[in-house]
Amino acid sequence: MQLELGNIFIKDVQFADTTHVKDGVLFVNKEELKALILEDEHITDVQIDLARPGESVRITPVKDVIEPRVKVEGAGGIFPGVINKVNQVGSGRTHVLKGAAVVTAGRIVGFQEGIIDMTGPGAEYTPFSKLNNVVVTMDVKPEILQHAHEEILRLAGFKAALYLGEAAKEVEPDEVKVYETLPLLQQVAQYPDLPKVAYVQMLQSQGLLHDTYVYGVDAKKTLSTFIYPTEIMDGAIVSGNCVSACDKNTTYHHLNNPVVADLYEKHGKELNFVGVIITNENVYLADKIRSSDWASKLAEYLGVDGVVISQEGFGNPDTDLIMNCVKIEDKGIKTVIITDEYAGRDGASQSLADADAKANAVVTGGNANEVIELPPMDKIIGDVSYADVIAGGFDGSLRKDGSILVELQAITGATNELGFNSMSAKGY
Amino acid sequence: MSKIKVVHYINQFFAGIGGEEQAHIEPEIREGAVGPGLALNAGLGENAEIVATIVCGDSFYNENLESAKETILEMIKSQDADLFIAGPAFNAGRYGVACGDITTAVQNELGIPALTGMYIENPGADMYKKEVYIVETRDSAAGMRDAVGKMVPLALKLVNNEEIGSPEEEHYYPRGIRKNFFTEKRGSARAVEMLLQKLKGEEFETEFPMPSFDRVEPAAPLKSVKEATIAIVTSGGIVPKGNPDRIESSSASKYGEYDIDGVMDLTEATYETAHGGFDPVYANLDADRVIPVDVLRQYEEEGKIGKLHRYYYSTVGNGTAVASAKAFSEEIGKKLIEDGVDAVILTST
Repeated sequence: MQLELGNIFIKDVQFADTTHVKDGVLFVNKEELKALILEDEHITDVQIDLARPGESVRITPVKDVIEPRVKVEGAGGIFPGVINKVNQVGSGRTHVLKGAAVVTAGRIVGFQEGIIDMTGPGAEYTPFSKLNNVVVTMDVKPEILQHAHEEILRLAGFKAALYLGEAAKEVEPDEVKVYETLPLLQQVAQYPDLPKVAYVQMLQSQGLLHDTYVYGVDAKKTLSTFIYPTEIMDGAIVSGNCVSACDKNTTYHHLNNPVVADLYEKHGKELNFVGVIITNENVYLADKIRSSDWASKLAEYLGVDGVVISQEGFGNPDTDLIMNCVKIEDKGIKTVIITDEYAGRDGASQSLADADAKANAVVTGGNANEVIELPPMDKIIGDVSYADVIAGGFDGSLRKDGSILVELQAITGATNELGFNSMSAKGY
Repeated sequence: MSKIKVVHYINQFFAGIGGEEQAHIEPEIREGAVGPGLALNAGLGENAEIVATIVCGDSFYNENLESAKETILEMIKSQDADLFIAGPAFNAGRYGVACGDITTAVQNELGIPALTGMYIENPGADMYKKEVYIVETRDSAAGMRDAVGKMVPLALKLVNNEEIGSPEEEHYYPRGIRKNFFTEKRGSARAVEMLLQKLKGEEFETEFPMPSFDRVEPAAPLKSVKEATIAIVTSGGIVPKGNPDRIESSSASKYGEYDIDGVMDLTEATYETAHGGFDPVYANLDADRVIPVDVLRQYEEEGKIGKLHRYYYSTVGNGTAVASAKAFSEEIGKKLIEDGVDAVILTST
């Protein structure tokens, strides 16, 4: 399966009478976008704001971040089974508005959504401060309960991203990258002398605000399976997930999965990247055992020499992570795991909820309990009054002057476990 | 600025009183620097000065831990010290333990910056390195100059509240404290490189060495459940509606104690969860799903259990540091024992 990604570099975003891309600027027709969002009768109000890198803007509570993409050639549409019809994606050509994103925000659904600061110390920790963001803030009818509320906002975000993505269709990309993974036996034969490597991606699937969808299917109801890496680039996996926003994969993270990108980078040179295994992280022990059995069995079935395993979340999923790692190592397959840490605000506590000596190669996204002071911002998109109750906040987090004292945990993407960021932690 | 006042702790040997035969001497305080304190004092320079030296016999300290500590803490308090330095103890085992113990007490109980130094194989190093900064020294007093050269800069940084560098930079034993830092390469690239090294059989360095876990032995079974007082303790975050103690949704800094006298059933109107790490919808609809008060009341009525304890204890387990959880459980455990509770149902989520 081969996919061409045509990147159109976006360096600014502006409101205009028509939605289009010109000379690296994304122009957005605000009213048209609003009308599209309001097609959903459950949404009572929508506000569209722009947030650019370096601006004194705080966005919270953030639910998802989505990169605008559009299929130009090949089967299916972006987000198959979710917005577009179910169809095999991952081949042909896709255009990307690189440097732009849709951010969804609005009244809190749970305790858990995140913060994005576009400038200041907080901006260092979130990759989304570097993007030209179209922020969609929504209110829903008061009688709508949490599960439905989350779904409405999730789908509205995808719709907004696809709407913007359409603007990329006719634009000549600034660069085109080609990714290809062959059917397994051919792929193995292509580079017979290189170590065969797969990627085991763990998908958060613990319930409200902890869910991930694969071709529209709730990941908690799936068995571990194979997927071509290029399918992920076309939105086969989407996020419904923003609890403890620091280490949850937004849809943007999935579309730009850095493990996939970095394995492709070495593909054919130092390793043979044969494919991706996706596996869930459910709450019940029986599910954890079953899913890790399957993930390790599939790794064995692929006949790989090594895997990178990425986690999503912390605590309860540490168990899934260690089970996956140990069972795959027990098959004689080498593993590296990517996780993050909850070592307490002082960094002195045990970082993980589970451990095993076989997990001897660990990459960490950092200690999510570390506290950071976010100075006041000139503009708030959304509502900061939730700062005391979001995960990572505490009584008194929000101060009178608008500054916020929180754990990194509250910052969207801060300790991402796909290894999206250039952060780590070490022992002192 | 007035000079930083330093109190120094040494044993009978370094005070010049004598060796093993004098190890029984009780704590005493002397004005100014004594013995190795002279070298330290010189190293501390213009801005800091050893105002007093406490001398204590190694046997006395180790055999009278509590009273020795208490006496010495009082002595240090009387000096209004800004900084406390013990040793260096090199490879002297009991001296090392005394240095580690008193440094820890000064730091934790008096809140005064404190450090010590010793050889890596000194038992005091392993016992106290997580608690306080222990500078790595050689195994004998021949390494005094080297030790002073390492201890002084770190001591001054501590007292001036400056940022402390890594164990390699500052020459202390790693304390197991995790700190974030920005890296050149992103995590995924580091993971791929580490995997390639592992596949080639090359050396690789994990970013997080796996800890060894505490295992708790299960308690002996109850002799009779029918007479037992049973309490509920949960990390599932069940609190009276409105979360009166404002327990955090993640990384809890506290727990709550709640009176359930006469409460037969937890309802949507009266209880909820403060926990931010799981789908709260079902716990909020019926908190008995997390702490089974309704069923335990029924059992109480039917005589299947003695009684349900009047209070339940609740915190949020989500992202909460093990050190916090340990501290909560020690307090809760004490209260439960005082209240004559025989057994506890622990629920998580």
